[in-house]
Amino acid sequence: MADEALFLLLHNEMVSGVYKSAEQGEVVSAAKALEENGRCITKLENMGFRVGQGLIERFTKDTARFKDELDIMKFICKDFWTTVFKKQIDNLRTNHQGIYVLQDNKFRLLTQMSAGKQYLEHASKYLAFTCGLIRGGLSNLGIKSIVTAEVSSMPAYPDTGLHPKTPRSQPELKPRVRCSTNCATQVLR
Amino acid sequence: MPRPAHRKPDYHKINKDLFVLTYGALVAQLCKDYEKDEDVNKYLDKMGYGIGTRLVEDFLARSCVRRCHSYSEITDIIAQVAFKMYLGITPSVTCNNSSRTEFSLILDKNPLVEFVEELPAGRSSLCYCNLLCGIIRGALEMVHLAADVTFLQDRLKGDRVTEIGITFLRKLDEKKYRRKK
Repeated sequence: MADEALFLLLHNEMVSGVYKSAEQGEVVSAAKALEENGRCITKLENMGFRVGQGLIERFTKDTARFKDELDIMKFICKDFWTTVFKKQIDNLRTNHQGIYVLQDNKFRLLTQMSAGKQYLEHASKYLAFTCGLIRGGLSNLGIKSIVTAEVSSMPAYPDTGLHPKTPRSQPELKPRVRCSTNCATQVLR
Repeated sequence: MPRPAHRKPDYHKINKDLFVLTYGALVAQLCKDYEKDEDVNKYLDKMGYGIGTRLVEDFLARSCVRRCHSYSEITDIIAQVAFKMYLGITPSVTCNNSSRTEFSLILDKNPLVEFVEELPAGRSSLCYCNLLCGIIRGALEMVHLAADVTFLQDRLKGDRVTEIGITFLRKLDEKKYRRKK
């Protein structure tokens, strides 16, 4: 579907735009640079959050109520991921205590990048939006979570960790959810 | 007791919503970052330019458009093929001057503003869809055509329709360049 190309390009432009406007200040210490990086990732993640909330609303308008958390995670892995990334999550693991690991062997937003270590550090920028997307979706389904992303190697194994906030005052312990996406990218010609 | 029937959601439509919602979140973020409307408009145009330079390759690969011999042919293709392919709408084309270098795309329906009720207060000169202008400008430049693309009318600002004006700047030299778009 041609829409996908449009979204991919918009996403890439968004990431580079956010980082370019951050770079406009003078070159400062490494600590400041790290702080800027964190701020940019937060910006992208917040955008993803808003989109995720809206998307999940439209999605679940007519669907049946979810039985439990596992049901919700399965929905995210199948329907949600298929709609957004045109494929299902390849593997879902859980420890039944709230940690879920999702594996995507071919993460769509990173397939355009060349394999190899040179762009490894930049890959996390391209995952921030998706993390926000998942967090926003879960938030509107009633699960509070914190999503983080790690990339250990390109094209494989970027991790998206979902950790629901566990407020200590509440007697019921919210489960921890951790998602990790593995993906394989094609070498750009 | 009979189960309540639930329909499967329309995935194709939701996929379209992804782009529209992302664009909305982007504009909202830009409004937070920049105070002046002109800055937001300029940023959107620049972003659209970057997208357009890449999108044109995707467009040419997917569609098999023949070589164009006039600006009006080009504008027709933008309206009838490109817009249809990426946004699912077909704007109508009108020519604005006798030398046939200025055209208008009239959009009755604009999918980008599907979820926009109105422009936020104090943002009356925001061109919400300025990304589209940048995309068209970037795409045309990649096929060696310089053009000025702006919004002439905008429904969000109270006009009846949304109108995008394309002004081709340099004369088309058929012998010198081979153009496909």
